[in-house]
Amino acid sequence: MSLKNQVSNTLTLECETGNYHTFCPISCVAWLYQKIEDSFFLVVGTKTCGYFLQNALGVMIFAEPRYAMAELEEGDISAQLNDYEELKRLCLQIKKDRNPSVIVWIGTCTTEIIKMDLEGMAPRLEIEIDIPIVVARANGLDYAFTQGEDTVLAAMAHRCPEYKNIQEPIVNNDQGIQGLLSFLPLKNNSYREPEINIGTQPSLVLFGSVPSSVASQLSLELKKQSIHVSGWLPSQRYTELPPLGEGIYVCGVNPFLSRTATTLMRRRKCKLIGAPFPIGPDGTRAWIEKICSVFGVKPQGLEEREQQIWDGLKDYLALVRGKSVFFMGDNLLEISLARFLIRCGMVVYEIGIPYMDKRYQAAELALLQQTCLDMGVPIPRIVEKPDNYNQVQRMRELQPDLAITGMAHANPLEARGISTKWSVEFTFAQIHGFTNARDILELVTRPLRRNLSLEELGWTGLVKKQKLNV
Amino acid sequence: MKLAYWMYAGPAHIGTLRVASSFKNVHAIMHAPLGDDYFNVMRSMLERERDFTPVTASIVDRHVLARGSQEKVVDNITRKDKEERPDLIVLTPTCTSSILQEDLQNFVDRASISSASDVILADVNHYRVNELQAADRTLEQVVRYYLDKARRQGTLNQPMTNMPSVNIIGIFTLGFHNQHDCRELKRLLQDLGIQVNEVIPEGGSVENLRNLPKAWLNLVPYREVGLMTAQYLQKEFGMPYVAITPMGLVATAEFIRKIQTEINRWSPILTGKQVDYESYIDQQTRFVSQAAWFSRSIDCQNLTGKKAVVFGDTTHAVAMTKILSREMGVNVVCAGTYCKHDADWFKEQVYGYCDEILVTDNHTEVGDMIARVEPAAIFGSQMERHIGKRLDVPCGVISAPVHIQNFPLGYRPFLGYEGTNQIADLVYNSFTLGMEDHLLEIFGGHDTKEVITKSLSVDSDLNWDADSQLELNKIPGFVRGKIKRNTEKYARQNGMTKITVEVMYAAKEALNA
Repeated sequence: MSLKNQVSNTLTLECETGNYHTFCPISCVAWLYQKIEDSFFLVVGTKTCGYFLQNALGVMIFAEPRYAMAELEEGDISAQLNDYEELKRLCLQIKKDRNPSVIVWIGTCTTEIIKMDLEGMAPRLEIEIDIPIVVARANGLDYAFTQGEDTVLAAMAHRCPEYKNIQEPIVNNDQGIQGLLSFLPLKNNSYREPEINIGTQPSLVLFGSVPSSVASQLSLELKKQSIHVSGWLPSQRYTELPPLGEGIYVCGVNPFLSRTATTLMRRRKCKLIGAPFPIGPDGTRAWIEKICSVFGVKPQGLEEREQQIWDGLKDYLALVRGKSVFFMGDNLLEISLARFLIRCGMVVYEIGIPYMDKRYQAAELALLQQTCLDMGVPIPRIVEKPDNYNQVQRMRELQPDLAITGMAHANPLEARGISTKWSVEFTFAQIHGFTNARDILELVTRPLRRNLSLEELGWTGLVKKQKLNV
Repeated sequence: MKLAYWMYAGPAHIGTLRVASSFKNVHAIMHAPLGDDYFNVMRSMLERERDFTPVTASIVDRHVLARGSQEKVVDNITRKDKEERPDLIVLTPTCTSSILQEDLQNFVDRASISSASDVILADVNHYRVNELQAADRTLEQVVRYYLDKARRQGTLNQPMTNMPSVNIIGIFTLGFHNQHDCRELKRLLQDLGIQVNEVIPEGGSVENLRNLPKAWLNLVPYREVGLMTAQYLQKEFGMPYVAITPMGLVATAEFIRKIQTEINRWSPILTGKQVDYESYIDQQTRFVSQAAWFSRSIDCQNLTGKKAVVFGDTTHAVAMTKILSREMGVNVVCAGTYCKHDADWFKEQVYGYCDEILVTDNHTEVGDMIARVEPAAIFGSQMERHIGKRLDVPCGVISAPVHIQNFPLGYRPFLGYEGTNQIADLVYNSFTLGMEDHLLEIFGGHDTKEVITKSLSVDSDLNWDADSQLELNKIPGFVRGKIKRNTEKYARQNGMTKITVEVMYAAKEALNA
């Protein structure tokens, strides 16, 4: 397989065997329990699930987390015990110990196989113990890693209050904006005080779990364009979920939320704004522009703002320009990250991705295609459900400057002289919006900078000769 | 159902994978859903493995639920056989495949017809055994398989070696300080003039398993893994085994004396003389190892009667309890283990060396016990280290489960004579001792002045509003100071006096912080 076969100018999707390494989707409890402050996540599964969570989340486990395992024992599997009574016992204990506003049951492979009717039991138990119970089937039979969040948010979407089409009296509280604009170093640009015209503007709800500072950064960017974000799914607290219904516009901030998008459209009758995702300054600008165009707002000063961010990245861009990247694929952020890195001047050989929703990611794919055209590079191959073994063989051929990969492969690849960046870090770092573009490059360039500082030593191949054929 | 936040021993398949991937050129294929290959991450991260972990999954997905695995498992086995040419492929069931109840043995039988590799199905039940028990079984299963095979082919290597030799059984990947222990054991055996015949499973080749009966005896340094194999070898080949853990001075001496007894059964016949290791033990104990001297030194006097709690796997908890109590004069108020399946042996071993015994795999019970007895130090696993942090009690880690810091690059055995030195350091460093201890008692603390700000001068004329204060507090502690300084610097440069959330973001962008 030579490089010639790797590239083309049209967008093509390949599909491999699905033998790849990724995190189990139950890992979403790690960030969701922190995001939704009054929640409790109960993972109904076996020791295997528990062992994964405990090892993957490391020290977090010791900080009295608001999640736990309902560990299934042999009696549960063979139905000698009554599932309903067992879950009731555990949930009452959780209510007593932690008093959460919502308990989220995470269904796992085992509950799927033994066909435990979590969705059926939840409404009954909810009434009995007087705490909302949300059921999400985030299992490894159907989903990969970040898709876990998708299943939880899709289930939460049903719990958002119904939107009544009356005008909310919103206080025009943009003091902060004035304060901000007065010192912005862009004296000659066309920034002006935004006029928020609440009366004519439909409501916008953004979906996707991001840290609260990222949420306020993104809301602020839209506010600069006179667009008011009326709520986030998920909100900081379960009790503050945003109203949804006909007439509400929704827009995703993460590429892995296709079920949530579908649920919002079909079940909650919201209008979905299909935009590229606000990852990288190019993505953020395209995301804002798309929202503006839907709301009939002419974007103000976006081009300058993007340029200003790019100018701030110059030192990092010099490091990455012309370098090649190989995405093994495990968290569905790959298309957006690849698009950003191509814009940064990198060459992407392959974009592995667990699952590709061509409709939900349509705008992102279009932007990828456009970016490749603009930068004069061929469109990389997109490999859905990749096969890690084959990928390693391809990497041996291509010798990329950087492999973005899971932790299972990182050390062995490093030992063979291929620089790696753990993909999981992109899931936990702040990567959205203009403000955080630098953080993405901070991650991407870290192995490159490390290489520069160790360059003189000449110890790259650290496996014995006969083992070199990976 | 059990409400669980944390577990000491992992699920069964982890034990099987640890044994399989410790052997050279053995590949394990898990019958598991996507994401269950977390073992590869642990091995790659904790052991900092340079090679790809020889474990892949035959993925169980929706289609498999609907119509069974059919050809999938067989195809995956034969594919791996062609790609990597392993000597052995171990098909590993998981909790998921336990419930599916597919006839995995049938897949194995079919796959072994078309593969050059040997193929076996790991005989472990997820709901009956834990990680350690599964590892013990799998090791025995592999050994049995290859000895049976050798016997059938007539290649079994049975005559004993001319000089005394041993097999070391139970050293394997992700084991607590196993690599260092193995090196220390080899050094000890070399000192005694004993050859090491085979070490299994770590670094061992399945093709060499037929040489196992050549050794005079087997050594099982860890209680948890290897005992079944040693018992099997005793039954089949009459090979004696020594299952004393040489951890601590007394136990190491016992271990060497037991080896001496076993060797002297054959030595007069095969080599024409008896071995006597007593002078070696004496020399090592008194002068080579520092631990015996340390216990006599005045430093260690202060340890006398100090209260300690020990918790861990049976091997390390038992050894540590005995070391603390009989070699250092520390008062072990409670000794415990999470190996419930081996509780009787544990109780019998620590009886007389501690005030109470706790057998549980529930970490809250351990935490409650520690809070109740208020020890001066804890010796336990990473979980106890965290309990200690919360209760402000120092903790030395002596047993799995462990984190990456328990896979040190430096030489840190727990076994043998060098091990006694390491343990002495660990114990000593875990207690606050000597002068410091006295001064703390007399003056009630080092520095009782309350620290208000980290910087030594306060000159801020900037006003942080409530939101920005809140935002600042959300930033992780270790970078908060830097963010605060940068924001204020930026605000001053731009002539601002009030700091809002917007100013913070603008500062971040402007300063590229």
